[in-house]
Amino acid sequence: MKTIIKNGRVIDPAQNIDAVLDVVINAGCIESITAQVQPAADDQVIDATGLLVTPGLVDIHVHLRDPGYEYKEDIISGTRAAAAGGFTSVACMPNTNPSNDNKAITRYMIQKAQLEGYANVFPICSITKGQKGDSLVEMGDLKQAGCVGFSDDGLNVEDGAMLRHAMEYAQGFDMPIIAHSEDESIKDGGVMNEGALSTELGLTGNPWVSEAASVARDIMLAELTGAHLHVCHISTRRSVELIREAKQRGVRVTCEVTPHHFTLTEEAVRGYNVNAKVGPPLRSAADVAAMKEGLRDGTIDAIATDHAPHHIDDKNMEFIYAAFGMIGLETALPLALRLVDEGVLSLNEVIACLSCKPANVLRIPRGTLTTGAAADLTLIDLEYTWEVTRQSIRSRSFNTPFEDQNMKGKAVMTLCAGKVVHKEI
Amino acid sequence: MAFAHKHIISTKVLTRAEIDLILTTAQSFKEINQRDIKKVPTLRGKSIINLFYENSTRTRTSFELAGKRMSADTINISAASSSVTKGETLEDTAKNIEAMDADIIVIRHPASGAPDYLAQRLSRCSVINAGDGAHEHPSQALLDLMTIKEHKGTLEGLTVAIVGDIARSRVARSDLYALRTMGATVRLAGPATMLPPGLDKLGAQVYTDINAAIKDADVIIMLRIQLEREGGSKLLPTKREYAQFFALNPENLKLAKPDAIVMHPGPLNRGVEISSYVADGKQNVILEQVENGVAVRMALLYLLAGGNDD
Repeated sequence: MKTIIKNGRVIDPAQNIDAVLDVVINAGCIESITAQVQPAADDQVIDATGLLVTPGLVDIHVHLRDPGYEYKEDIISGTRAAAAGGFTSVACMPNTNPSNDNKAITRYMIQKAQLEGYANVFPICSITKGQKGDSLVEMGDLKQAGCVGFSDDGLNVEDGAMLRHAMEYAQGFDMPIIAHSEDESIKDGGVMNEGALSTELGLTGNPWVSEAASVARDIMLAELTGAHLHVCHISTRRSVELIREAKQRGVRVTCEVTPHHFTLTEEAVRGYNVNAKVGPPLRSAADVAAMKEGLRDGTIDAIATDHAPHHIDDKNMEFIYAAFGMIGLETALPLALRLVDEGVLSLNEVIACLSCKPANVLRIPRGTLTTGAAADLTLIDLEYTWEVTRQSIRSRSFNTPFEDQNMKGKAVMTLCAGKVVHKEI
Repeated sequence: MAFAHKHIISTKVLTRAEIDLILTTAQSFKEINQRDIKKVPTLRGKSIINLFYENSTRTRTSFELAGKRMSADTINISAASSSVTKGETLEDTAKNIEAMDADIIVIRHPASGAPDYLAQRLSRCSVINAGDGAHEHPSQALLDLMTIKEHKGTLEGLTVAIVGDIARSRVARSDLYALRTMGATVRLAGPATMLPPGLDKLGAQVYTDINAAIKDADVIIMLRIQLEREGGSKLLPTKREYAQFFALNPENLKLAKPDAIVMHPGPLNRGVEISSYVADGKQNVILEQVENGVAVRMALLYLLAGGNDD
């Protein structure tokens, strides 16, 4: 028995496909993409008329909070949210408890996702043991266990020699270093973007330099070592410029931007909105424009959510004490699709930034519908409008600045290895 | 006119008419404070909770006296630490107070935005901000305006210089908005490390030279400088240098208008931001500020808790 997805507009940027075609799935893999397939009697047919059929989306920056913080999210609820957002593969950050700095945790994550989850989980392990910044993890061992990259995300690796040697060592195993580039000493306790609004609200500002200075250092260390540096969640104009210039010089650097950093400005914080408190902070309108320009000219490789679930008890308090972070898996696609309406990216480019391009960053064998590939697919209704409410969100947490906002565009069906993991048609 | 606000959290939202109403009301209450028997029954039966998460002598005493002189029941709660370390959330604390049918919560808190947070979550209580982090301190600004108006007759067209650690000053922000609304020009001055970005966008003129800032000023407000360690910090080298370049002394005071008044929200660091000769000099109105503070706070309590009765 095969599954045939009929009459959808198939977009696979990696293969330059954009046409109304049928996708044939056999034994969990893509068998063919052709026109007008005649189904056999026992084939399952999914009518995708009027829908986009894309590679299952890939998010290379999520926090699943499992193990340790299951009251915020776990691998089951997090991958359920991923599937609802159209993502079939997520790379999860290691700031769990205990942190993912060893093979046992890495395997636990992969296996729990395989047994009980709704999407593929590709763990990112910490650069340093316990994310303490002073000694390397067993990178070779972790790569064998299924780890796809190394990051102390949430924390900067302040010690320059530590980061240099991590890059050298990771380079030897052909693995990327994924940097949360933010100089803590320049950040100096900042809780929002530094500017007139932080002055007005009486909140300590985090200037753009905290990020850009660290990005500059990290780029030069990548230049020195020849390692692949991937810069997480860039937020400032200067970061885009630095990465653009580094790419032109041939430095192996890639980067990602979150939907919130290309959608919202610091104004979202007004009223001390804790759900707009995030690191790096929401920046100025000029920075948001620079994010769009970086996406447009290809400086920014991928859209990644930095999905950071937090329980209401970690958020419902005075702004300066509230946790940093916001969920993003279920709002990423409609926010990215706004870029098409705004003329920043074509539809094909948006899909690429959410599928093959992030997969390429971490060299994950996903994000395209080539023959023989895992049948990870997302069916998208571009006209589907919906409201962001507690009821409409699958994540265990609901810390989103988009609460009560209308979204246009939705993954109405998600298949992972040929199996329907999300369906709302 | 009826007072349209349920809470007093910021001076930014107050109109000129509203500030005039507060100052006029305060002026009428000031007379009560000068009587032998300083008590009227205006707020009898009203409950006012002073919820202070930061140490304060002046402001808390002022609010307490304001309530008591109008016959309200006032209770002081001093939280030794923030809600986070105390183990109960600020929301829970405040809702418990509200459940006891308090009418007004006066809150001082080290976290900017804490009064906004309460106002968003309480259904019946009014909230008065008695200082939140580096955000605002509206009652201080209003008593400053009252004092200036008593001396100058008007606020329109005056030049007011505020000198000190602007970055961490909630007084500077509340003064700035209220003075601008009333038609004054506001100059903010201090070491560049203590001038946060965007002050110009908030309506201020910005100076790093105290002499330029106070030149021809009608009013000079000196702010307390907080230098924890004598050896200096990332923001300031020494108190000595601060006193040398940013203090108000009898010499540079001559740059201001001859009839300029000198103010300070207290407590004073004599010899640091202000010379004792100026602090005790004939142009100082610092204790008048304190006196007016009680009257302004009576006005605020009255307008929130009883002002709509007649």
